[in-house]
Amino acid sequence: MPEIALSIQDLSKSYRIAHRGGLGGYKTLHDELITIPRRLINRVRRNGRSTSETFWALKNVSFDVKQGEVLGLIGSNGAGKSTLLKILNRITEPTTGGVDIYGRVGALLEVGTGFHPELTGRENIFLNGAILGMTRAEIKKKFDEIVAFAEVEKFLDTPVKRYSSGMYVRLAFAVAAHLDPEILLIDEVLAVGDAEFQKKCLQKMEEVAANQGRTVIFVSHNMDAVCHLCSRCILLRNGEIQKSGDAAEVVAAYLGGEQEKAPTIQFTSIDSDASFQFAGLFDSKGEPTTSFNASDPILLKCSFRLRCEIEGLQVSLAVFNFKGDRIFYAPVSMANPPISVEAAGEHHLTASIPGRLLLPGRYFITLALHTPKTKLYDIRRQALSFRVLATISDRFDGFAGDELGHVYADVKWQRTDGDGVRLPKHQPPSILASG
Amino acid sequence: MATVSSESSGIVYAKAPARSTLVPQPSRTPTLRIRPTKGWAALNLGELWSYRDLLWILVERNIKVIYKQTALGIGWVALQPLIAASILAIIAGRVANLPSDGTPHLLFVFCGWTIWNYFQQTAQRSSTSLISNAQLVSKVYFPRMLIPLSHTFSTLVDFGVTLIMLFIFMAIYHVVPTVRLLAIPGFLFLTAITATGVALWFSALSVKYRDTNYALPLFLQIWMWASAIIYPTSMIDSPRWRMLFALNPVVGFVEGFRWCVLGRSALTPTMLWITIGMSALALLTGAFFFRRVERDFADII
Repeated sequence: MPEIALSIQDLSKSYRIAHRGGLGGYKTLHDELITIPRRLINRVRRNGRSTSETFWALKNVSFDVKQGEVLGLIGSNGAGKSTLLKILNRITEPTTGGVDIYGRVGALLEVGTGFHPELTGRENIFLNGAILGMTRAEIKKKFDEIVAFAEVEKFLDTPVKRYSSGMYVRLAFAVAAHLDPEILLIDEVLAVGDAEFQKKCLQKMEEVAANQGRTVIFVSHNMDAVCHLCSRCILLRNGEIQKSGDAAEVVAAYLGGEQEKAPTIQFTSIDSDASFQFAGLFDSKGEPTTSFNASDPILLKCSFRLRCEIEGLQVSLAVFNFKGDRIFYAPVSMANPPISVEAAGEHHLTASIPGRLLLPGRYFITLALHTPKTKLYDIRRQALSFRVLATISDRFDGFAGDELGHVYADVKWQRTDGDGVRLPKHQPPSILASG
Repeated sequence: MATVSSESSGIVYAKAPARSTLVPQPSRTPTLRIRPTKGWAALNLGELWSYRDLLWILVERNIKVIYKQTALGIGWVALQPLIAASILAIIAGRVANLPSDGTPHLLFVFCGWTIWNYFQQTAQRSSTSLISNAQLVSKVYFPRMLIPLSHTFSTLVDFGVTLIMLFIFMAIYHVVPTVRLLAIPGFLFLTAITATGVALWFSALSVKYRDTNYALPLFLQIWMWASAIIYPTSMIDSPRWRMLFALNPVVGFVEGFRWCVLGRSALTPTMLWITIGMSALALLTGAFFFRRVERDFADII
């Protein structure tokens, strides 16, 4: 069993927010002096009308991180992610609770914080390295590697104030990435830089974690990157841990914004001539589940009861993504051979959503019983939810479906000889037909 | 190896309650324990020492950056004290007719100004240093004291240039150097200690109260006139008043410095001891105060 690299125990951090406005955070001596009488009175009265309020940026957060683990921290703005990293990095102190750290901590909380604009690239590598906790000898040893990674050889002796923002970011990340801490804290550094560089950074981080066995705590709003890099993930909300576990699962919960649903559901009956009784999601082996591999079919079983015969009744399902966009709609009338659900009594149906249709992501299913365009008997909005997981064999490269669309298009890619594009117009293009 | 097993156990681990046991690894002691601190903190000189590389790099940065993109560059280091001392010498000698222990006024004032200038530059630059490095303070951890401390060292360059000019003045006025010059580092050390103490107080205060940016130059101005820079301590007749005067550590090292260079001074051993005591007091109170308020820097800067 790997040893613990970091153990957080009941960590809380509070800030006092002043309610006077205007002056912002800065206090002058004058302000402090004129409020002395008032503060004294408040102290005597204990909870007399205070001018400030306590805001808990973190509340009783506890978790352990093991050596070699890549932990993702996600949550909306103000959830406490950055505060947590700041405490781990000793920039600020916790109010209560504590952290035990086993190993050297290195942090990359913001790209280029240690840079001085007037100094050259070379000088800044040493400055920034030292600020991040490297010794001069360590920096010297890694210097060439850093320069090569940042691709700034030509500009090493130019003051960094004349660097393009891309070069600046590259250099800063390069220095931080070549730190040798046992525990690396990374806060949203990938928000900057072009796509190519972002990819390079992700690769580097993967390498650091996988090959060198480092522990990484990674804060990001980039869910693709979190899913891709992290083995485990913690979702923070208003300073508290809302969910922790498998990265894809936690990301899905964050994006879905609600609790995980059970794979099967028994409906309470409603007063209607046709109503649902049961619905559930199953894998191809018949096991109830809410997570499916992208290549596996999703089986939806549902039961409903009709009090009397209803002419033209349809049962249908619709699949929505977590944002509420409808991905597709499938009524039972699509069945071939046709299935009639008009007879009174109970009906049990199974709908099979084929594999390799939905891209990885979180989806919701709405079920309805209706006669098209006339009457709605029963609708169960977002009755079920499921996740499609990325699998390497599908070559999705770990992306969540959110960014890339939602359906897996079975596009056939082929290699062709370059001559095809220059064919004369009257000839039919043969590239599509050729093997 | 650790990677493989951690990945395979990751999910199982996540299912366990998030709350960790309070004694995680009985066999290992943590490299670092983060706990809220209250009251006075230890100086933690060991940590300061382990960050010495960063100190030198910060010193290097301060030196490289200070006169960048100026036409005169390092020339300013020579020009500033020269002009300031000349004006003061004219005021002292021609306008106010102050005594100078029998030394030419320009030499007398320049001598005092050399050491005062080091004191003043150090106090001034390091007092604003935390604010100008706010980005660093709120984003990266390192012993905060390094930032003001780095100026104590980098202003030594300015001092060196001024000292060379002083030697030139000595040659012009035919002042014969003696072995007493070897005591200069000692008085310089006292100056550095006092300046660092003052700087620690003011830089720590400046994080919370920006008033210090306005108060400090004024304060230093008054301090300069209150110290024996343009007049000798021998002006004060009563020995009792002189002792009181010596409570200002600047008087001690200015007089001491003059003793090294000019050979004439009102410095007595008692005054020297008072100066040493006051310098140490300045440094220690400054350092402890700094450590006490340091923990909130990132939250309020």
